Amino acid sequence: MTTKEKYKKVAYYPGCALEGTGHSYNRSTKAVGKALGLDLVEVKNWNCCGAMEVKNIDPKLQTYLSSRVMSVAANEMDMDVVMAPCNGCYHNLKKAEYDLANDEESVEVVDKLSKKAGHKTYESGQVETIHALDWIKQTIGEDGLRERVKNSLSGIKVANYYGCMYTRPRHIFPEKDQGPGSESTSKPHFMDDLLAAAGAENVDFPLKTACCGGAHTLSDSDTSTKLVLNILKAAKMAGADVIATECPTCHSGLEMHQIRAEKRLGEKVDVKILYFTQLLGMALGLKPRKVGVHENISDSIGFLKEKGLG
Amino acid sequence: MRSLADIESAIEAAGANPDPEAGADELLALSEEVLEHWVTAKGDVPTQDEREGFRLLALHRQGAKGDPSFNACRETCREVAYHYNLVKLQPDAAEITDRLQMMMMVSSHLYLFISGKMQVAQLGDFCCSSRPIRTGSEAETVTIKEA
Repeated sequence: MTTKEKYKKVAYYPGCALEGTGHSYNRSTKAVGKALGLDLVEVKNWNCCGAMEVKNIDPKLQTYLSSRVMSVAANEMDMDVVMAPCNGCYHNLKKAEYDLANDEESVEVVDKLSKKAGHKTYESGQVETIHALDWIKQTIGEDGLRERVKNSLSGIKVANYYGCMYTRPRHIFPEKDQGPGSESTSKPHFMDDLLAAAGAENVDFPLKTACCGGAHTLSDSDTSTKLVLNILKAAKMAGADVIATECPTCHSGLEMHQIRAEKRLGEKVDVKILYFTQLLGMALGLKPRKVGVHENISDSIGFLKEKGLG
Repeated sequence: MRSLADIESAIEAAGANPDPEAGADELLALSEEVLEHWVTAKGDVPTQDEREGFRLLALHRQGAKGDPSFNACRETCREVAYHYNLVKLQPDAAEITDRLQMMMMVSSHLYLFISGKMQVAQLGDFCCSSRPIRTGSEAETVTIKEA
């Protein structure tokens, strides 16, 4: 079976953020999947991946929590691919996979907790975890997207922002940096490729994998605001109308601190913030509401109408 | 070595330097100073070595040893070096002022990331890949303790 065929039907792991602040990412991911004829089967009774809170206190407990999601997909749903659109979930499932393949103690802890919880222990290699970017890039690809575009994104300049967790740490992403066709950990480009195929003009954005301050947002909001402001200003200076995102933490951080920067620092940066799935969905002919633009904090409707997407 | 607070304002001033090449030199030096703060706070002596022609990259490598979360600024350091090259190797480019400004923003991001990391007990955990605050036997007890 080719990768393209394998990814056409995947176990969908939305994670907690996509049921909360990232709801428009959830909505737009599902809508794009439907428009492209791809099947998403939500992981049954999924749990938190361990996010950053559990991981910082007890990394092996995070490994277990992520392994349970993969165990349900593999052993209860007979799926061999899990697709996680959230960078945090994606990162944690990949990290669990790595730990279970390389750390005997993690295997023991996961086995013990799985037995206690009453489900089959996940074994390394049972599923492949992918991101929403891999999913669309590998199944439809740029040529497939070009054929399906109904409303070109031409005239929209985009700064693609991947955040820090999509490519780091490198060792948990063995499929990346494998030459042509694979994703790069130093200069990721899958989102750039997909949006360019939909007609957008990507700008050269030096902070595409820089920290958004997401983890620091409660303990030191001012630092987070300054980090976000810097990202917004750099995108604007690079000529972008829109920052495209693929992580719910980055996205909500950018939106909230954009407002906070204006209120606290008096700095207004007029750059729109949209999930890449929202942009792709509109390029495929979906209405802004169908991809949850109305659920974003920042208001992009006027801009989208101006560009013929509203 | 200037204080972190002094470095923050110096970065902004360097970005507005009417001589872009001098501004780029200053921004590179300031970025190195930011990393020197991090390395020194870890109890090491900042290296004078270079990697790929930049001391900045050698300092980053030194700062990331034993602290994988520090890699969250690896590409930021590389972008500082890239923009330095843009300014220094194409001094007659029409967009030279914009390039210096962009270098200033990238340097500023490096400053914000590292100074943020150092706020909590000087070497606090900041990013999502931060090291666990509890390790070893205590973590194990939490994980596998029988009900």
